[in-house]
Amino acid sequence: MRFYAVAVYGFLYLPIAIIALFSFSAGRSASSMDGFSTGWYVRALSNPFVMEALWTSLKVAFFSAVLATVSGTMAALALTGMKGRLRAIFDVLVMIAVMIPGVVIGIAALIALATAFSAINPWLEVVLGRQLSMGLGTLIGLHGMFTMSLVVLLVRGRLETFDRAQIEASNDLGASPLGTFLQVTLPQIAPAILAGFLLAFTFSFDDFIMAFFVAGSETTLPIYIFSSIRRGVTPEINAIGTMVMVASLTLLIIAQILLRTGTLRAKG
Amino acid sequence: MRSSSEEGAAQDTGSEHVAEFIDVSKRFGDILAADRLNLGIRRGEFLSFLGPSGCGKTTALRMLAGFEPPSEGTVRIDATDMSAVPSHRRPVNMVFQHYALFPHMTVAQNVGYGLRQRRPRLPKSEIGAQVDKALATVRLSDFGTRRVWELSGGQQQRVALARAIINEPTILLLDEPMAALDAKLRAEMQRELLDLQRSLGITFVLVTHDQEEALSMSDRICIMGRGRIVQVGTPQDLYDRPCNRYVADFVGKANILSGEVVAREAGQARVVLGCGAEVLVPEGNPDGRRHVDVVIRPECLSLSATHQDEDAAIRARVTHRTFLGDHTEYLLQAEGTGLLQVNLPRQAERTSGGHGVGDDVHILWAAGTGLVLAADD
Ligand SMILES: Nc1ncnc2c1ncn2[C@@H]1O[C@H](COP(=O)(O)OP(=O)(O)OP(=O)(O)O)[C@@H](O)[C@H]1O
Ligand SMILES: [Mg+2]
Repeated sequence: MRFYAVAVYGFLYLPIAIIALFSFSAGRSASSMDGFSTGWYVRALSNPFVMEALWTSLKVAFFSAVLATVSGTMAALALTGMKGRLRAIFDVLVMIAVMIPGVVIGIAALIALATAFSAINPWLEVVLGRQLSMGLGTLIGLHGMFTMSLVVLLVRGRLETFDRAQIEASNDLGASPLGTFLQVTLPQIAPAILAGFLLAFTFSFDDFIMAFFVAGSETTLPIYIFSSIRRGVTPEINAIGTMVMVASLTLLIIAQILLRTGTLRAKG
Repeated sequence: MRSSSEEGAAQDTGSEHVAEFIDVSKRFGDILAADRLNLGIRRGEFLSFLGPSGCGKTTALRMLAGFEPPSEGTVRIDATDMSAVPSHRRPVNMVFQHYALFPHMTVAQNVGYGLRQRRPRLPKSEIGAQVDKALATVRLSDFGTRRVWELSGGQQQRVALARAIINEPTILLLDEPMAALDAKLRAEMQRELLDLQRSLGITFVLVTHDQEEALSMSDRICIMGRGRIVQVGTPQDLYDRPCNRYVADFVGKANILSGEVVAREAGQARVVLGCGAEVLVPEGNPDGRRHVDVVIRPECLSLSATHQDEDAAIRARVTHRTFLGDHTEYLLQAEGTGLLQVNLPRQAERTSGGHGVGDDVHILWAAGTGLVLAADD
């Protein structure tokens, strides 16, 4: 048993560990270790193309996560008030959205957007003198739409363990529906919402497949990595990959901790 | 908190009823959870809704609180129609069955919640002072900074109580507040609730399916069955003059026998029971039927080895005898009537010597005791 466990984890994580290790190499080869240096990190961080791609990725990740968190939380709240068949249908739709392969969503989004744009653009050209095109907006929209499902699942999970009588108690004590939401519901589902935001952010930040289809002329960090690999892998790519991975893992761990800490303790 | 003298003044000027159900019905799909309820709740009284599970007690309470809109009819509080008044604007507060305390707040924050909703805002010092006072009322003065999930069941309940009374509601609603407590704690809480009700002068409306709890605490009890109000009255009323079999069975122990009326005179019926004995029984609401049910409480019957002429007697054999200190419970098998229960006070047993299991005895029914029951619907 232990041997298999070691083998499985080795298989899973060895490639990642090797990339992390080679990123500290002093040599020019991306697939061997020649001495130790942090030079590739310095080089990556001072490469203007990397920094621009990083900035694009951060913008897309942040705004799509905000979009996903707000709409996902509202959807989860609406779903808890819903019962029976309608609820089952929505549950299945949310699950399916999470399970559909990214490449399918990417292609579908590309076709849908291209069709829509070619229908609308002639009119927009006349009215506003401008046209819609793929870019930041489509990236944010697509990522936000997809990661909304993640937020719905997390927030709904928390709402399920939440005693609805608390809402009635709050109403009974004189709080309006909005007051009840802000004072009773929100503080208790806040950890799940925050965890949902972090997951959505991480997902968007790491996504290559969907972004590839709708990025237009924009270059996110994963797209940059992909295109530079085609020109040959350098340890600089290893360094970028390692940084992305560490950042993502950190966010994921924070999300996990948030989900475990039960209710957020309100302050005096 | 409102003083009792102010309460008295309010009673003089205001109407007698603090709340009213007028032809109130509530449907959940096919289920009729409340069926044309008509009830006036008197100012300052302790009223209980009593009935078996699923009879609509909680539904009635929730319509008062504003959590369920009635399907038909009107709920009034302080003579005002409540149909357009949402729960957060009603002058009632509720103690929930599982307390529904806010787990992300301390005890003091829970108790002060109602005051923090007031607009214009109350000063912090004022809220603090009132919270301290409410905590003292429920004997939890040192617990303000504790987390609610650190408290025992009884303490949590007192927090829920303090949280509900701090807004000085016109009516305090309690939905089986004692259900989650063990027997000893429950008795203690019942006493505390009564003391609290007396000192605050607030109208209490309690939902329970525990008849002893209802009998011992209430000024009046509203017995419910299958969504309807079956009978409303003081505990003594319900015990002595149950309107039908359902109430007689639900409140206290009862022997219910069927018989045939042979004569009627001055509110009394001469009834021949299944076993042949003839008894004279008062009629609650005479309806002229020939076949009737008669209820008699176990302590209204007595036992004798010999037959005395002035009382009607039923021949029976003792099957069980349970000595309970101040009285003894006898179960007897009588011909044609089935099992009957008779309770003899210890004093009566001392003089007569008591009876053993297997003894053949006469059950004596004094003329004018018991009650002819109205037909069940
Ligand atoms: N929200 C609801 N949706 C559907 N049916 C309901 C709802 N609330 C109550 N009912 C039904 O209405 C009837 C009365 O319910 P209610 O909760 O008032 O009973 P109760 O007397 O309080 O019973 P218990 O002693 O078990 O609490 C029951 O048959 C119940 O199933
Ligand atoms: Mg109930």
